[in-house]
Amino acid sequence: MQKVYNKILSVTGNVITVRASDVAYEELAEVTTQRGKSLAQVIKLENDIVSLQVFAGSQGIATNDEIRFLGNPMRVTFSDNMLGRIFNGSGVPRDRGPALTENMIEIAGPSVNPAKRIIPRNMIRTNIPMIDLFNSLVVSQKLPIFSVSGEPYNELLARIALQAEVDMIVLGGIGLKYDQYMYFKNTLEEGGALSRSIFFVHTASDPIVEGLMVPDLCLAVAERFALKGKNILVLLTDMTNFADALKEIAITMEQVPSNRGYPGDLYSQLAARYEKAVDFDTAGSVTILAATTMPGDDVTHPVPDNTGYITEGQFYLRNGRIEPFGSLSRLKQQVNDKTRDDHRAIMDGMIQLYAQYNETEEKRAMGFRMSEWDKKLLKYGKLFESNMMDLSVNIALEDALDLGWKILAECFTPEETRMKTDLVKKFWPKEAA
Amino acid sequence: MNKTKGSIVGINGNMISVAFDGNIIQNEVGYAITGEDRLKSEVIKIQGNIAFMQVFEITKGLKIGDKVEFTGEMLSVQLGPGILGMVYDGLQNPLNELAELHGFFLKRGVILDALDFNKKWEFTPTAKKGDIVTGGSILGHVSEGIFEHKIFVPFDYQGNFTVKSIVEKDSYKVDHVIATIENDKGDQLELMMYFDWPVKIPITNYREKMVPKEPLVTQTRIIDTFFPVARGGTYCIPGPFGAGKTVLQQVTSRFAEADIVIIAACGERAGEVVETLREFPEITDPRTGKSLMERTIIICNTSSMPVAAREASVYTAATLGEYYRQMGLNVLLLADSTSRWAQAMRELSGRLEEIPGEEAFPAYLESRIAQFYERAGLVELNDGNMGSLTIGGTVSPAGGNFEEPVTQSTLKVVGAFHGLSRDRSNARRYPAIHPLESWSKYKSFNQPKLIDDARKILFKGNEVHQMMLVVGEEGTSIEDYIIYLKSEFLDSVYLQQNSFDSVDGATSPERQKYAFKYVHDVLMTEFSLKEKNEARNFFNKMRQLFIDWNYIDMKDEEFNKQEAIITKLIEENSSDAEGI
Ligand SMILES: Nc1ncnc2c1ncn2[C@@H]1O[C@H](COP(=O)(O)OP(=O)(O)O)[C@@H](O)[C@H]1O
Ligand SMILES: [Mg+2]
Repeated sequence: MQKVYNKILSVTGNVITVRASDVAYEELAEVTTQRGKSLAQVIKLENDIVSLQVFAGSQGIATNDEIRFLGNPMRVTFSDNMLGRIFNGSGVPRDRGPALTENMIEIAGPSVNPAKRIIPRNMIRTNIPMIDLFNSLVVSQKLPIFSVSGEPYNELLARIALQAEVDMIVLGGIGLKYDQYMYFKNTLEEGGALSRSIFFVHTASDPIVEGLMVPDLCLAVAERFALKGKNILVLLTDMTNFADALKEIAITMEQVPSNRGYPGDLYSQLAARYEKAVDFDTAGSVTILAATTMPGDDVTHPVPDNTGYITEGQFYLRNGRIEPFGSLSRLKQQVNDKTRDDHRAIMDGMIQLYAQYNETEEKRAMGFRMSEWDKKLLKYGKLFESNMMDLSVNIALEDALDLGWKILAECFTPEETRMKTDLVKKFWPKEAA
Repeated sequence: MNKTKGSIVGINGNMISVAFDGNIIQNEVGYAITGEDRLKSEVIKIQGNIAFMQVFEITKGLKIGDKVEFTGEMLSVQLGPGILGMVYDGLQNPLNELAELHGFFLKRGVILDALDFNKKWEFTPTAKKGDIVTGGSILGHVSEGIFEHKIFVPFDYQGNFTVKSIVEKDSYKVDHVIATIENDKGDQLELMMYFDWPVKIPITNYREKMVPKEPLVTQTRIIDTFFPVARGGTYCIPGPFGAGKTVLQQVTSRFAEADIVIIAACGERAGEVVETLREFPEITDPRTGKSLMERTIIICNTSSMPVAAREASVYTAATLGEYYRQMGLNVLLLADSTSRWAQAMRELSGRLEEIPGEEAFPAYLESRIAQFYERAGLVELNDGNMGSLTIGGTVSPAGGNFEEPVTQSTLKVVGAFHGLSRDRSNARRYPAIHPLESWSKYKSFNQPKLIDDARKILFKGNEVHQMMLVVGEEGTSIEDYIIYLKSEFLDSVYLQQNSFDSVDGATSPERQKYAFKYVHDVLMTEFSLKEKNEARNFFNKMRQLFIDWNYIDMKDEEFNKQEAIITKLIEENSSDAEGI
């Protein structure tokens, strides 16, 4: 009993209005135009005027085009048949495989009851010291990579995805460049991970609105697999494109912007997605890694800023390295006391010294004479950058800790490192002492 | 009773407009009915026969023409025994009970009682037949964990009533009629051990609001010594993301010397509440010997939970705080983050198409913030006892820039400002409260003179530091350099504190006084250090020893030994020792 209408009252941006009755909020409709069919979603109801955002965009829509309400909100198929498959932002296959219409589930479902959450407890090892040692990644964490465009954030995501011990990978591309999409596909294929991956890819050439659904599609599917006991890593790239799509709709709907054109609910919108990260007590988990490109390398830009307030830390990617300052895993203390008893001390101690190195480096650049202490710091900073920070370093956490002590001992006396005395006794390299 | 009915004529996000027939009141609760679900909503604007209502649930699936039932009641909470130790959402739905019934997810439209109506409480009457009572009078008490939970005549009862009957000491359920009272017109009213109270109306059944004077000890050194909080006072913690607002509040919720702590997790991460939720029942409160959860209430409306309920959640928390204050207790309310509450107002204001103020926040933002903090206070109750509600709110300024509406409006009304600095948190100098920019109007238990001296050193040390960045170390005199090292010493061993260490994480007032005096002595000592390398090495060593000392329990015998080692090092290097 589908309702069909063919009198479009207005077309503004990617939003159209029609006069219709018995339509539900967030219901889907199918718009048939000369360009083909597109899904559209109800975003406002006012008496009998229905506003819909059209996923394929409004280009070429004729006022007498057909609108058919589907009687349900956005849904997605859910089954093991999805593994290895690639879908677009409307949940339609973009590979050559068959359409999947079985077992349709609603997306953007209710929140997890906080009382049912558990304290995260399992580290995800990546063999990247800047992560494992300084900002450990934890199962169920939600973490963005803040980066300017041009940095290898997709390479980093792919590398983590391959090295992390998870059951499945769900990749959500929002405005993903075609070559980057292919890069993910090829890398996961070569790494033997494609058959345990599901892609929802909206590319830069697809209509903007269609990208809006990608995070919800990914997360709904991931959540269901997690409930079945699977540990899922969700990669979302790039969430700034998602926010920009939100902005576009908000402006079309004449909402008062709060900050640089972004809608006042940007925080809530992003949080609704990121908070899907979860570790189910008696089942699996969802971990979210996202790319958030920072327009103008400005972390105070509304997208990275709101994201930082939502996620459990962030990795700053700059000059091809994960920056120690600003980068933060808020969940690290849940796991880094169970690794080795020097883990936290090395983590804090090395960063504090690196901060001092930076100050000294500034002084040096200004031409000041370097004191004995400054010289030690300079030596230390260089070693730290080349042996720890470089993304090509690929060693286990324990080796990274040993390396940390070695670097310290090469540069300083134990007191100068501020390390607790008992740790110095235990870990300070003997030959150097 | 004939309740007003209406039907939906517009839906925009979490706001519906409803054409109604009859009378309704501002802030009245209504239920939008869709299929099986009844979605709780609140009237926030009335225009002609259209009510604008915020829906406390996801509005997906609602249709034009769906019915709305008004209740005639304002948005309220249940007040009575059994609130302590509970975990509620922003509307006082008990989350553990919801989880038992519905599993992992927050099912839409499910509302449960906030109190346990099956549990019996032993009630001890203190009022007698024939007593004259009024709103807020005490009828008796039950014991709720470690506290004597007073049972009141509902706070909105006006005028005098005569107690006609009151039950004997025995165990009763909360909805048992424990007393009957009569007004001067002869109307009889039955009272139970609980009643409802509208969250947006402050409870003011006390004699007088007083100026806060006693410190509220948090056991965080930089706060208690430099930027203290007072019982009944207010304070705010603005800071960019990751600077340590939440950790600071978590530490405070654990160690603060308050009777009751209410944690309002308002629009931030669910995971952060979980830590409290799981850990508190396991932690023994050294002051009571009972689990920390017994003195804690958690109001949890995290970021992915409905935005309208987030707006309500801070009021729910404040109301519960005021309720326990009426019992003569010291309550501490920690709200994280008030910016999310302000944003909830902003979202709503946008949907109402109100004229926006700065950054699209509504024009009434400032007055709402002021009204919220106004609910704090030290009060003299009608029975002569004192009670207090202290409110500390975090602020999450956009871009970490304090020049924004929420931070600025908050700074106008609070009594203390703990500004977290990105530079300090980047350098892992926790808690990252900026020692030069923060302030407090309240008094510390440490001596003002000593604090003043220390502050001067910090100030001068910073000047020297800034200068050194320009002229370099070699252009700095040894005297100035030592001042800089002293300020760094004070920072590392006293201002910084390791929140995750079982000893260093909480410093009692006794120890703070002792350690601060000691640090002060060091700051005032003239050292015989001639050369910068020597000075730096000396202070490095001192810092090391002192930090080790911080990690030793004061009751441990090592404590005195470590002190002696430090004292010896100081003596060896002070100018006084030189002549010897
Ligand atoms: N007192 C502290 N001691 C040690 N680490 C801290 C402290 N405060 C904050 N941190 C670190 O900073 C991270 C972010 O702190 P958090 O309180 O969540 O920040 P905010 O609430 O301001 O965003 C924590 O996960 C922790 O790693
Ligand atoms: Mg926080």
